[in-house]
Amino acid sequence: MRGFSWRAVAVWRRDFDVYLKTWWTNLLPPILEPLLYLVAFGGAMGGMIGQVGWRGANLSYAQFLAPGLIAVSIMFWAVFETLYGSFVRMYYQKTFDAIVATPLSLDDVIVGEILWGATKAVLVSAIMLVVIGILGLASFPGCLWVLPFSLLAGLLFASLGMCFTAICPTIDAFNLPIFSIVFPMFLFSGTFFPVERLPGWARMLAGALPLTHTSTFVRAVCLGRVDAALWGPVLYTAGVGFVLFWLALALMRRRLVR
Amino acid sequence: MPAPPPPVIEARSVVKRFGDIVAVDGIDLTVPPGICFGLLGPNGAGKTTTVRMIQSVSPLSQGAIRVLGLDVARQARQVKAQLGVCPQEDNLDPDFTVRRNLLVYARYFRIPAGEARRRADELLEFLQLTEKASAPIRELSGGMKRRLVLARALINNPRLLLLDEPTTGLDPQGRHAIWQRVRALKRAGTTILLTTHYMEEAAQLCDTLVIMDHGRVIASGSPERLVSEHVSRDVLEIWGWEDGLPAFLESQGWEAERLADRIFLYTDQGDAVYRELTSRFRMDQCLLRRGTLEDVFLKLTGRDLRE
Repeated sequence: MRGFSWRAVAVWRRDFDVYLKTWWTNLLPPILEPLLYLVAFGGAMGGMIGQVGWRGANLSYAQFLAPGLIAVSIMFWAVFETLYGSFVRMYYQKTFDAIVATPLSLDDVIVGEILWGATKAVLVSAIMLVVIGILGLASFPGCLWVLPFSLLAGLLFASLGMCFTAICPTIDAFNLPIFSIVFPMFLFSGTFFPVERLPGWARMLAGALPLTHTSTFVRAVCLGRVDAALWGPVLYTAGVGFVLFWLALALMRRRLVR
Repeated sequence: MPAPPPPVIEARSVVKRFGDIVAVDGIDLTVPPGICFGLLGPNGAGKTTTVRMIQSVSPLSQGAIRVLGLDVARQARQVKAQLGVCPQEDNLDPDFTVRRNLLVYARYFRIPAGEARRRADELLEFLQLTEKASAPIRELSGGMKRRLVLARALINNPRLLLLDEPTTGLDPQGRHAIWQRVRALKRAGTTILLTTHYMEEAAQLCDTLVIMDHGRVIASGSPERLVSEHVSRDVLEIWGWEDGLPAFLESQGWEAERLADRIFLYTDQGDAVYRELTSRFRMDQCLLRRGTLEDVFLKLTGRDLRE
């Protein structure tokens, strides 16, 4: 009953089919979100802030913020897909039960779901990249590295969401991981201000959070800085992602194999 | 003489524990090909747990099950490829229409798209759902949902069909529609394992059945044999009686069961007993009928509520 295979792709296709049914409404949020944030924070608040120093460069606040928004969206879209989306399919719709009655294993189902969460991260980052590129806030072609990286980071965040889904008894319990892990990342991982502005201990803490590395990578390539320094975030994301992926599988087996 | 065909399901000393609770306590089952095999028992008897183990989704604590000669623990994918499962709880995909439910399910079996479309249309026809092909699941009645679950279970042309309470909650029309399809499938050679709470359903469909209670098999055989073995040919039900009747029944040594508002009298000579009683008492509140599977069931598992 253990082990996954290419059959997981059938689960991914199921989720993709559902996404395509309402593709128009799925397309809007990633277009609107960066625009709204950039008007509110980049424009209105950015005027109060002035220049932001990041790794030796002086950036306008909008220039600093835009890549951070992509990183945050990679996290949110992947985490929420395997958190709410997968939980609804598992718990309320009994979709997982229906699928494991076919030649697919539970592992196949979970892998398919995580792959789908990561795919959503890629889709959303691609759309946002276009919007931010049009606004002149991303440097081509370097920023295209966001796409492969969003798959890697998407796998990490989708696995993280799946871990929460596996341990939360009900959907109400999601508030705990969201407000203790996801939201702090949103606020303290270099989205709105450089992590370097944090006091020493908090900077260490932020350095342990996955989103910090995602925003570092995305910001660097959006500024056209494609260099060996990117290996740090890549290796961190791959390593932590690998651990969370296996943890998600183990936790889901513990929850569902009875 | 040719050797008997190998069994479709062969379960040996199967035990299933959930922590300290023993849900299935050492059962043996042999289901030959082409029959409808019933699994009966009160709530909590271990029926669904047994089905889930046969289905290869629930690991056994002890013992072994072979389905079509394959080991359910080690060859889960191969086993599941040949099964059709109609679960107790509807788990249709609410994100898709009726027809799409079948097509998406076919992909899990890697059925090529063209063949899946052909098969889906056939099955919609077979289960009278063609008109609802593009309806969303939420618009289906309970009966239509059950029929669609059955259609979905047949998408891979299964050699073994597992039906877990297929007609619970259906109106009589809905129930008969399912029964008719199940009989047709049986005639076509599909082996069927059926769990049910409805004794009439078991009597209608099953060639052989077992009654389970507390995780054990407590009786097995054909419906007719179980009735003749465990209850009498006839049963006289009395629900209004004159004062002297219970004492008289006792004096005759007849096998009677007395509840608060009803007496059950078990006998093989229903007519004679009925004549005898009507000559002595006013008997306008009674019914003489054949013994049924329901009598067997209640006799063996008792009348206490199971919750």
